[in-house]
Amino acid sequence: MNILVCVKRVPAPGARINITEDGQAVDTAFLGFTVSPHEECAVEQAVQLVEKHGGEVTVLTLGPAEAEEQLRTAVSVGAAKAVLVPITESDWDPQRTAQAIASVITDLENANGKFDLVLFGNESADSCGYQVGIRVALKLGRPMVNGAKGLDIEGSVAKVRRESDAGQEIYMLPMPSAVGVKEGINLPRYPTMKGRLASKKVDVTRTESTGSVGGLKMIQLQRPPERVSNTQILGTGPEAASAVVDLLEELGVFK
Amino acid sequence: MSVLAVIEHDRGTIASASLGVLTAARNLASQIGTTLEAVTVGANADALSSVAAQYGATAVHQAHHAALTDFGPEAWGEAVAQVVKKISPQVVIGTGTERGHEVVAQVAARLDLPASMNCTEFDSSFTGDQPLKVVRARWGGSLLEQAEVDAPIKLVTLANHTVEAVESPTSATNTVHDVELNDSVMHSFVKDRVERVAGVTLATAPVVVSGGRGVGSAEAFAPLEELAGLLGGVVGCSRAVTNNGWRNHTDQVGQTGTRIAPDIYIACGISGAIQHWVGAMASKNILAINTDKEANIVTKAGYAVIGDLHKIVPAISEEIRRRRG
Repeated sequence: MNILVCVKRVPAPGARINITEDGQAVDTAFLGFTVSPHEECAVEQAVQLVEKHGGEVTVLTLGPAEAEEQLRTAVSVGAAKAVLVPITESDWDPQRTAQAIASVITDLENANGKFDLVLFGNESADSCGYQVGIRVALKLGRPMVNGAKGLDIEGSVAKVRRESDAGQEIYMLPMPSAVGVKEGINLPRYPTMKGRLASKKVDVTRTESTGSVGGLKMIQLQRPPERVSNTQILGTGPEAASAVVDLLEELGVFK
Repeated sequence: MSVLAVIEHDRGTIASASLGVLTAARNLASQIGTTLEAVTVGANADALSSVAAQYGATAVHQAHHAALTDFGPEAWGEAVAQVVKKISPQVVIGTGTERGHEVVAQVAARLDLPASMNCTEFDSSFTGDQPLKVVRARWGGSLLEQAEVDAPIKLVTLANHTVEAVESPTSATNTVHDVELNDSVMHSFVKDRVERVAGVTLATAPVVVSGGRGVGSAEAFAPLEELAGLLGGVVGCSRAVTNNGWRNHTDQVGQTGTRIAPDIYIACGISGAIQHWVGAMASKNILAINTDKEANIVTKAGYAVIGDLHKIVPAISEEIRRRRG
């Protein structure tokens, strides 16, 4: 069972996201970087499936040279191989990204055989495009379901569970297939000492790829209107309980 | 020429987000001087034509195929793509939901067109011929992006809850389109369902009592459970809590958890990082209980109590019981 997981390097914002003066990017001067949360779970899911069924996990990212850090993080929690598709711009549009990734996957598969599963995050934390995985899967000719909150292998079929307003939906995708994973599918592990060592030693394969510029163009980023609240302090400590219950009564939630 | 609304439904029951989409699509259609049309997928959605007409659609395209009895992202995407190809609308608007994003992304991939998800605004000077300028939500809505969709057919989804549904009754002509679906789209269908046990959920609860890192442990959520129970609400939590394994991810409020909009959100020991805030910001009222009066959540909340949640939460429950007698 060979699984490829596509991840994205994104800033890890705290209480506020600032943008650069020219409005072209998030100001990351004081921010760390991380793997987009849904994809962190996709890596974990892939590692769990390989532990159960054998095989290995390859992790791939399209991003700046620094994204090697996120690939190594994935290796530290169980991925075996890492592929970086370097770009010089800060981000590519979804069509271009998908084209480049699909072409790298095709090359990898021509050399080493097909991945049984190609996993993505449901959407990236930063650009929230909801489409790269779907575009890649179509180019590769794999069935694809997004939003997975459960993923098991039953024979040659990937069983995907996802949540809806009414309950849970089950999808059965014959492999090779592609799945977009959502946070909550598992609780990602922390790296072990052995994992950390492996992440330092792993050779990150650099594979150049191109794609034609797509039709969605970012013009600039802007901050949404700030929520201004004249916070009414109801009190300090347990003595405030009475004021709180008065408020609940006033709002009609305490009857 | 038209603006096409993609109607989301579940086996014939319309998704409420579709009504906002119809309204937004109608506004855009009237701005550029064209008609509002709608597309439904599967014969089980034919009856929704009257709903579309109620919101101003003058033509409803009904994609039919024997396999379209339940949701399937690829089959739906292919069906809508074939209708779009046939009628060449200027703009296609889908719902900003899991299914809506997925179907529009499938249409985009199949027609090799750009797509802009979670739009909150459309350019008011758009006349239909030039690239469509939009504002779209990034980072779950904590950052906005001005973008341009440059393609003959502009595919977008409307961020949920950004446009209020307003009726504008007319009558619609129905056109059935028998779409062709090959085997490649037949796998990703809903094969089985597990219905949720009826009850209050995090997404629909009128009261959510939520805990963050400040709660300290899984056991320390008991007083929050008690307060939520007294108010007919449910317990939520922040991502830090889920990551610590104190509660299930199903309780997580935030960008990668559940978006909530309760009558009151009681946030206990939560700092209010961006990831959490975007999931809670639609709450009608927010009461923050926090030791730090400078915490992000306190400055954004309408109401706050400063102090130790472990003492304050039980005191509130006690006061409720006292008043109820």
